[in-house]
Amino acid sequence: MSMHPITLKVNGKPHTLLVKSNELLVNVLRDKLFLTGTKYGCGIAECGACTIMKDKRSIMSCLVPAVVADGWEITTSEGLSKGDKLSPVQEAFVDLAAIQCGFCTPGMVVTATALLHENPNPDEDFIRDYLRGNFCRCTGYVAMSKAVLAAAAKMKEEAQ
Amino acid sequence: MNTKILENEFEYSKPGSLEEVLETLATKQNVRIFAGGTDLIVKLKLGALPDMEHMLDINGVEELGKIETRADGLEIFAGAKLWSIESDRRVEENYPALREAIQAMASISVRNMATLGGNFCNASPVADAVGPVMCYGGKVRMQSKRGAREVNAVDFFLAPGVSVLEKGELLTSVYLPAPKAHTGHAFVKMGRVKSDIAKISITAVLEREGDRIASCRLAMGSVAARPLFLKAIGEGLAGKAMTEALAQETAQNISDFIKPIGDNRTTAEYRTDVAKVIARDALVSAWKNSGGTL
Ligand SMILES: Cc1cc2nc3c(=O)[nH]c(=O)nc-3n(C[C@H](O)[C@H](O)[C@H](O)COP(=O)(O)OP(=O)(O)OC[C@H]3O[C@@H](n4cnc5c(N)ncnc54)[C@H](O)[C@@H]3O)c2cc1C
Ligand code: FES
Ligand code: FES
Repeated sequence: MSMHPITLKVNGKPHTLLVKSNELLVNVLRDKLFLTGTKYGCGIAECGACTIMKDKRSIMSCLVPAVVADGWEITTSEGLSKGDKLSPVQEAFVDLAAIQCGFCTPGMVVTATALLHENPNPDEDFIRDYLRGNFCRCTGYVAMSKAVLAAAAKMKEEAQ
Repeated sequence: MNTKILENEFEYSKPGSLEEVLETLATKQNVRIFAGGTDLIVKLKLGALPDMEHMLDINGVEELGKIETRADGLEIFAGAKLWSIESDRRVEENYPALREAIQAMASISVRNMATLGGNFCNASPVADAVGPVMCYGGKVRMQSKRGAREVNAVDFFLAPGVSVLEKGELLTSVYLPAPKAHTGHAFVKMGRVKSDIAKISITAVLEREGDRIASCRLAMGSVAARPLFLKAIGEGLAGKAMTEALAQETAQNISDFIKPIGDNRTTAEYRTDVAKVIARDALVSAWKNSGGTL
């Protein structure tokens, strides 16, 4: 069958690509655009490793056929920092050691970034609930929740 | 097997109008609608839909993404994402059981993609958002090249994965009538962890008149081959004074009535036993939410 031309804006940069109908966005990001921050875990929207952002909301790229994403503007974990300067969420994850092996981290920070777009003043319950689709086999989640609280405080400080 | 790509290639289209969607549905072979894809793509990955030839994306039709106030209720169109429904003020105020059921589904990232129409059309007996729509007296609106029709949500489901939706038909919207005063609700779901598919769920919506139940509608998930509307048991409560004993007796009746199976999520015994507990809790919370005391 034929190839489909699609345009994608990823982290502000436009791309034109040819994809097959049965290719998934997560694979296009990783294998064609070499944005390997986005991870492939379960493949069925259960683990959150492949989370990206569209319209400031988190989605799972493992369930999105690339043809469906034609015309989309998306942000991956690579797009969160500004040059060498980490985003407040990324910085807080580093500072509070909310990372061990790091496999879940890109999905986790993308979801946390979307969380803070939706609610800049989250409490711990809100954070735990929001991150419930992002699995981590290493850290035990407590550090992440603290990191999101710290990032929220930092962002408020910076806004003042 | 869960594959890294989808096994087979297919045609893809994303029309900009409802007319074109219906035209494609009428003329193409083996078409599947893509609304949020959270059931469809998983099924394709597991090889459960080997005959799909055309994927029809309805997200290009702007009017299908809306949630509209009607003179006598609320109309939620097929492309509206679950998160936009759960964060809608009208839903929060008038249909809180629907909001709670949606918030109990999957994770935020899945709800940013998935739709209410998809939850209906997938026709799983566990579908969480279906019970509240049944209990609020909701209707399902469908359209094809042949015309439009509407069925009560309680009559939509036939068997696992099978609904009254015919070939060439699109679910266009779910319609919810305005609730009456002194309406109380409850949605209770038991899962292993919060983002899980339900082992069992129940919705109760009742109208209170003083210390009596004026009417009551009950629905359960994961206890039958389709989402189960407990018509007779709900209707039997009309006119009765609400007491703890009535809640317990009704819960026992429900537990005796259902014939659940055991599957990979839990056993039939668990479902029968737990039904008793969550039915009692749901009735009591719905009563309290309607302003009643016990
Ligand atoms: C990780 C995960 C967790 C989940 N957890 C839950 C849960 O807790 N509770 C729950 O109930 N569900 C759950 N689901 C299932 C799924 O997310 C829901 O059923 C969702 O509402 C489906 O909506 P969708 O728009 O993604 O449907 P799609 O996948 O787009 O469609 C589902 C089916 O319906 C058809 N269809 C869709 N829209 C229409 C239409 N308008 N007209 C005609 N046919 C149509 C499609 O062709 C397809 O066959 C989960 C799924 C995942 C992946
Ligand atoms: S790889 Fe997408 S959620 Fe697990
Ligand atoms: S840090 Fe290892 S999976 Fe989360």
